[in-house]
Amino acid sequence: MASLDDLKKRITSVKSTQKITKAMKMVAAAKLRKAQESAEKGRPYSEKMHNIILNLSKNINDEENAPKLLVGSGKDNVYLCVVMTSDRGLCGGFNSNITKKAKSYFKKILDSGKELKIVTVGSKGFDQLKRAYKEYIIENISFKESKNVNYFDANKVGKMIIEKFEKEEFDVCTIFFNKFKNVITQIPQEQQIIPLKSDKSDVKNDVMNYEFEPEEDEILNNLLPKNISTQIFKAMLENSASEQGSRMSAMDNATRNAGEMVEKLTIEYNRSRQAAITKELIEIISGAESL
Amino acid sequence: MSDSFNLEIINPEKLFLSLDNVSEVVVPAFEGDMGILKDHISIISFLKPGIVKIFTGNEVKELYIEDGIIEFSENSLSILTSRIIDIKEIKKDDLSSMINEANEVLKDENLDDQKRFIANQKIDILSRLN
Repeated sequence: MASLDDLKKRITSVKSTQKITKAMKMVAAAKLRKAQESAEKGRPYSEKMHNIILNLSKNINDEENAPKLLVGSGKDNVYLCVVMTSDRGLCGGFNSNITKKAKSYFKKILDSGKELKIVTVGSKGFDQLKRAYKEYIIENISFKESKNVNYFDANKVGKMIIEKFEKEEFDVCTIFFNKFKNVITQIPQEQQIIPLKSDKSDVKNDVMNYEFEPEEDEILNNLLPKNISTQIFKAMLENSASEQGSRMSAMDNATRNAGEMVEKLTIEYNRSRQAAITKELIEIISGAESL
Repeated sequence: MSDSFNLEIINPEKLFLSLDNVSEVVVPAFEGDMGILKDHISIISFLKPGIVKIFTGNEVKELYIEDGIIEFSENSLSILTSRIIDIKEIKKDDLSSMINEANEVLKDENLDDQKRFIANQKIDILSRLN
């Protein structure tokens, strides 16, 4: 059994850990509110964008001349996966959930004999993937310097993806991120952005007759690159809200566990102190009796 | 107000502006300025850098817009844009930095015509504001 001194030291150390986790939880809670707000505010833009593109693509009948970003390059040999994670740790299963999802997707691609390319956004994802998939990672982007998620950063990623697509470096692009549902639940998502997968169920039957100025395909050519950046931005917003939520619940758990541990250690400490006192008393009494 | 319609201006970060008593909006569409009144035909178009004018009653609101897409259907107009600033709130420093930005773009020799046109347009509008 540990000595009284050791126990005391352990109790203090657990207590100070608890203080740290508690502080982190508070910080995450404050940040979460902001992140959640901006994630919710950002939704109308991406939804509207998506709707307009759906409306436009319905009006395109000539599949062959349609923009490549919409219908793809006609092949599906090279897959580009953009794995979006956080730059900081200590947020529970946030990063591992995304990488787990991504890894199972990678496996599927490699098993079917396709070529795989990976771009990681956020340093944690890179750290987790570099062990097993180092040779596939072509780029690692991190936005450690930017304090908040901003469209400018998302645009950089979007432009890079489009550039690679135009150079025909890949055929299909999928992004991985965590969708924020609530503080306890974040759902890892995979979303294909090139070619654009339009959900047939989304398409309403009463097709509106729009006038286009300039022509449909010209608008689409302009809109699709923007849509990529928008989708990335949306993913980044969702991710940052998820990260804070996940960190908050992880730190909450840690604080609670630390509390339990302190309780257990205190009981143990008191017991062994009492045992020592009793032992001393017995020694005194038996000493007195023997006289 | 029987001849008014809804207007929503959305940028990636948030719903920038939402009005339900707009009588006319003039947008810098790619092929020339376009005025939109109530019961306009459904239209999708994209914008070049320029000034959006919003008429509500007797008030006129002017906003600088860098790019965007508009969609008008069933008397509601949505403008999606990546950058929009109220002219009254625009600062001199921002203006000159935006002009510099556009000038940087123009330096690229391989620029296609459309991008060149947009950058030139931007400089034009911005220096007029300056």
